[in-house]
Amino acid sequence: MGQEKTSAIRVENLTIGYGDRTILKNLNFTVNRGDIFIIMGPSGCGKSTLLKSLIGLNPPWAGRVFFGAESFWEKEEDERQVLMRKFGVLYQGGALWSSLTLKENVALPLQLYTNLPAAKIQAEVDLRLSLVGLDGYDDFYPSEISGGMRKRAGLARAIALNPEVIFFDEPSAGLDPVSAQHLDELILQLRDAMGATIIIVTHELASIFAVGSNSIFLDAETRTITAGGRPQELLETSKDPKVIEFLTRGKKQGVSS
Amino acid sequence: MSIARLAFENRDTLLQLKISGNWLISSGIYSRQEFSRTIETNAQIKEVAIIVEEDTQWDSGLISFLLKFIRECEYKKISVQRQNLPDKIQKMLNLALRVQERNIVRETQNLTTLEQIGDLAYNSSRSFKIWMDFLGEIAIAFKRFVTGKAYFRSHEFWGIVQRCGVESLPLVSLISILVGIILAFVAVIQLKMFGAESFVADIVGISMVRVLSAIMAGILMAGRIGASFAAELGLMESNEEIDAFKTLGVSPVEFLVLPRVLAMLLMMPVLTVYADVMGILGGLLGSVGMMKINPMEYLDHTQNAIKMSYVWIGLIHSVVFAILIAVSGCLRGMYCQRTAAGVGAAATSAVVTGITGIVIATAIITFICQVIGI
Repeated sequence: MGQEKTSAIRVENLTIGYGDRTILKNLNFTVNRGDIFIIMGPSGCGKSTLLKSLIGLNPPWAGRVFFGAESFWEKEEDERQVLMRKFGVLYQGGALWSSLTLKENVALPLQLYTNLPAAKIQAEVDLRLSLVGLDGYDDFYPSEISGGMRKRAGLARAIALNPEVIFFDEPSAGLDPVSAQHLDELILQLRDAMGATIIIVTHELASIFAVGSNSIFLDAETRTITAGGRPQELLETSKDPKVIEFLTRGKKQGVSS
Repeated sequence: MSIARLAFENRDTLLQLKISGNWLISSGIYSRQEFSRTIETNAQIKEVAIIVEEDTQWDSGLISFLLKFIRECEYKKISVQRQNLPDKIQKMLNLALRVQERNIVRETQNLTTLEQIGDLAYNSSRSFKIWMDFLGEIAIAFKRFVTGKAYFRSHEFWGIVQRCGVESLPLVSLISILVGIILAFVAVIQLKMFGAESFVADIVGISMVRVLSAIMAGILMAGRIGASFAAELGLMESNEEIDAFKTLGVSPVEFLVLPRVLAMLLMMPVLTVYADVMGILGGLLGSVGMMKINPMEYLDHTQNAIKMSYVWIGLIHSVVFAILIAVSGCLRGMYCQRTAAGVGAAATSAVVTGITGIVIATAIITFICQVIGI
């Protein structure tokens, strides 16, 4: 692109698994600051497992994850938790705390990690809920709103501490096409407004092409990254039949011309 | 109503299979035995042509029959002509018979007895480690609570206290009164033989205060509260709410488990003392009702029989049971599988663990009391 960017996240030789099963191996990639980075691949390829290793839920078997210059998994738990405050996560179903109202959900990170007075926290919560189009829903419980609203409320909570990196786990899953498009637009606006780096785990092609500025493709058989780059460029230039098949919803197969 | 009909016409190496009649799923499954017999007695058959007559009534019942039939032919290296089948049937069969993208291989393990024992030992030690880690986390959270560092939502805590305490009172009352009556009834029958009916108050009072009230309250709480803790936390685990706490750097134990454990620790002794009173009242009702024992005499005997040490023993039971019930409920919930069945299994397991723990703990405390002579 002509200008050198600093990396927000760097993954080196990462191998992850559950029990005695290797899920992914020898992963190497870099997410630059300000990128909207897509982790894509077919169902069961280990996208969500990789996400869990990036957000501190699943320790890797081998390899390293760097947040800036800090090696995440080599830190003590306390230090890791401090690093974790620099990122926000939007889980697949929103993962809002069901016993708390939307206002309390968004306020909790601020109450825990800032010294802001209650009035200021309320103002910050109002702002976050307005950003995701949920102003006026402060006192609703997660069970009282729709799935799409829950995701947006989850996003409001994810951006509560102005994170440097925001992770999205299948943001479009379970949403109608219009809501999914609105969420994509929201992601782009948030990136521009907050300057955050965004990492999205998805297999929704519309979202991949709409927002992705860089990507990796995880192959379920070889259990590693088999392609990487801007999604549109991958579609046009990749010679990997699995990547082409995935990016064209199986309409094109085999080696591209 | 017509029935499913199958006719075979053998033409040297070709077998014609004529299908007619009612092949609806509601009319039952047609056996392939006749076909298998025909093949076995005519080894020269290399090809089968399937013909479905025009008047045939069919639905997925016929498709499932044909699917199994075609697969059997494939297995016996007999080719099947399907081109004359009606279009819809062909399409359904094509869908069902399309080549799978990937062969599904389920990993099966045939363990020897020795390996099974090893597996059991490994799982037991792993389970023990999980319990110890969890107790350790609760201890850390408790220390943070005592030093005022824990994030503690008091209104949520009082909500749990209400569920554990006030909302459990009707059930505890009913069970304790009934246990008191039953105990009095059984004791009176035996004591009557020695003319010592008035001592029924001693038996009911001592039994209830020392151990029975705590056990009854414990079992009720394991069923009512332990299961609900497991289901609540299990559902939160399924909805990734617990992951959301972890990625925020908040200990889910501090936020979710500690208030539940503290609420149980607060309410179990209260419920036990309440159950003591209800049990004694039940004994009184039973004795007065059945044996016409003087109520004042009954209360006098109760007062003389119950020592303060018995009350403390009952309270120790209740504290131990509170920890067992709350910890097993929360632990099962936090480690539950992310499925509906997983949440159900967590709730069941919490109750079973809680009640088993109560019985084992009772035996241990009783033994200790015997040893130290109280």
